Amino acid sequence: MAKALDVRDLSVRFDTQHGNVQAVDHVSFSIEEGETLGLVGESGSGKSVSSLAIMGLVPSPPGVVEAGGIMLGDRDLNTFNAEALRRVRGKEVAMVFQDPMTSLNPLLTVGRQLTEVLEIHEGLSQAEAFKRAAHGLGDVGIPAPEERLNSYPHELSGGMRQRVMIAMALLCNPKVLIADEPTTALDVTIQAQILELMKGLQERHGTAILLITHDLGVVAGMSDRVNVMYAGRLVESASTAPLFDAPCHPYTIGLLGSVPDLTGPAGDDLYSIPGQPPDLAELPAGCAFAPRCSRAADACSEAVPATIEPAPGRLSACLEAEALAKEGGAG
Amino acid sequence: MSAPLLRVRDLTKHFPIGKRGMFSDHRKILRAVDGVSFDLERGQTLGVVGESGCGKSTTARAIIGLHPATSGSVQLDGVELTSLSRSEWLPYRRRIQMIFQDPYASLDPRQTVSSILTEPLAIHKLAKPKERKLRAMALLDAVGLNPRHIDRYPHEFSGGQRQRIGIARALALEPELLLLDEPVSALDVSIQAQIVNLLGELQERFNLAYLFIAHDLAVVRHLCDEVCVMYLGRVVEQAPRDELFESPQHPYTKALLSAVPHPNPHIERTRERIVLTGDVPSPLDPPSGCTFHPRCAHASEVPDDRCARECPALVTSEGRSAACHLP
Ligand SMILES: Nc1ncnc2c1ncn2[C@@H]1O[C@H](COP(=O)(O)OP(=O)(O)OP(=O)(O)O)[C@@H](O)[C@H]1O
Ligand SMILES: Nc1ncnc2c1ncn2[C@@H]1O[C@H](COP(=O)(O)OP(=O)(O)OP(=O)(O)O)[C@@H](O)[C@H]1O
Ligand code: SF4
Ligand SMILES: [Mg+2]
Ligand SMILES: [Mg+2]
Repeated sequence: MAKALDVRDLSVRFDTQHGNVQAVDHVSFSIEEGETLGLVGESGSGKSVSSLAIMGLVPSPPGVVEAGGIMLGDRDLNTFNAEALRRVRGKEVAMVFQDPMTSLNPLLTVGRQLTEVLEIHEGLSQAEAFKRAAHGLGDVGIPAPEERLNSYPHELSGGMRQRVMIAMALLCNPKVLIADEPTTALDVTIQAQILELMKGLQERHGTAILLITHDLGVVAGMSDRVNVMYAGRLVESASTAPLFDAPCHPYTIGLLGSVPDLTGPAGDDLYSIPGQPPDLAELPAGCAFAPRCSRAADACSEAVPATIEPAPGRLSACLEAEALAKEGGAG
Repeated sequence: MSAPLLRVRDLTKHFPIGKRGMFSDHRKILRAVDGVSFDLERGQTLGVVGESGCGKSTTARAIIGLHPATSGSVQLDGVELTSLSRSEWLPYRRRIQMIFQDPYASLDPRQTVSSILTEPLAIHKLAKPKERKLRAMALLDAVGLNPRHIDRYPHEFSGGQRQRIGIARALALEPELLLLDEPVSALDVSIQAQIVNLLGELQERFNLAYLFIAHDLAVVRHLCDEVCVMYLGRVVEQAPRDELFESPQHPYTKALLSAVPHPNPHIERTRERIVLTGDVPSPLDPPSGCTFHPRCAHASEVPDDRCARECPALVTSEGRSAACHLP
């Protein structure tokens, strides 16, 4: 399969009065046509900022984006000017933003916002666009879609706004879909419906999906592969089942261990990784997870651990990766 | 017996929507909340779950008077809140705090975190001016944010970090009742666990009451004593936590519980779930009878087409209630 998106050596820094915040630090990954790549990680670890960088939407200043390449097929988005990016955005690469209220215009009806996308990118007439937009809203499970096209964002529930964003991203059948926490405001039955919709789009159009989510159940069901981020860096990457079966980075182990259970004793304290994430303006010299890691040795704090392949097809940026792979039965 | 801290009775909130035409009135009534009742005691947590758009946030907003209830009663400690004037509300604002579902929209982008957190302290004259910033820093620390980031603006934080600013702001006033609307949905599971534990600890220390709206049923199960399931503006089932999760009675609750994704790819890809067929109903034009009947797998088991004709009442027995015609 061909690579739909290939991100090479992406870094994003925010130069602020409080110092230089290294939000994304030399991240590389790719997604094939028809593949779903899950992206999980600490809150504040750079998942949204990496996505915004791919879309060319990092505010500058204070943002500074550096990349070896952001390849959409054989074109490098990193070399595109603003106008060229606008033409690609929403059509070939679409994004479901984490925060619907900041990306929907509060002054326009959702119908206006949806039809605008279709008029610009697909050249549809207003009437055709209206029909397609209503259809799109119906697909994401919004009842009475024709009437709801006249609603303003504040007249919709949180989950309905999120679904408007999803409908908007899917309108033009994009080649690459970046979905940043697309189902956080949805109940599990509607969530299942939305995930099915995304899979359907993927099957029909070979869409490559980057699925950012904190819901490890959703990752388990949807992703072919999973990337794990911590403090701006990619710390682990593996196919889905091996990652869950035998994580090879201590942060991933801690993350999987913190998932609350639907069965078993309730009401006790939940496990969480001890300590706090590092300040991105003052990253420690070595592994950023070392201060919280139970396996950390002196060497961990000396230099950033290189990314190695502790087992075939897996990557981990941990000095203990090989030992962890053996213990977990991955090696 | 003393009154519960929060008592909600037959709460309704209807929105008129649509355009007023030249020759006809096309306005329709959207029944966002349609007769909700519950009690919440001090020191207790009531979970509210249900389909997206079923009226959870609207219920919470009506309780704190953000939009006035269409009808019904909301009492805090026996005092009717729905009839209070703006100025009469002020002391209650402090006792009831809400954490909003959309953290970014509820934080003023022009205020630094410091002023977001110290302003409520100033308005309610809590803490001496010099101490306010220290209090704010301690709050940031409690929600797992770096106190040294106190002079930053909301846009300099990630989604989950903003959500925690909202939590810190609500905690600043030491309320008695916290309405939490999806407070941990933007957090990774480790920080989520940290916040859930913090909420549990604060509840124990200050005897706080929580109305906890969430889609994450595992978190609801960990934090709540009692759970309310809403569907299209109404409560369709309410039960103590263990009863609800171990033996759900309402067909909607059963479908909901069966749809929770499992964090193990082997189980998740093979597990059975009840798929809800049929269109999501509209609060502009709710189905007849039981509003769940067009999607219910059991409606055909009830004789005489009763599910389509007659709205089932919420019947209480043995400490739990459900609104369903099934025996
Ligand atoms: N405009 C900005 N100025 C300064 N720092 C910023 C800015 N935008 C983001 N950051 C910082 O960059 C880091 C990465 O943010 P990002 O939004 O990518 O996190 P995330 O992984 O998506 O987290 P979450 O899961 O909470 O959404 C955060 O620590 C945040 O504080
Ligand atoms: N200001 C408003 N004007 C018109 N309709 C509204 C308004 N606020 C909410 N509604 C409608 O009321 C219904 C209930 O919305 P509410 O936000 O309470 O749902 P919710 O249960 O919180 O859903 P979610 O889980 O998606 O957040 C929805 O149909 C919504 O469109
Ligand atoms: S009343 Fe009938 S339609 Fe409604 S939930 Fe019960 S069985 Fe299903
Ligand atoms: Mg994010
Ligand atoms: Mg809501």
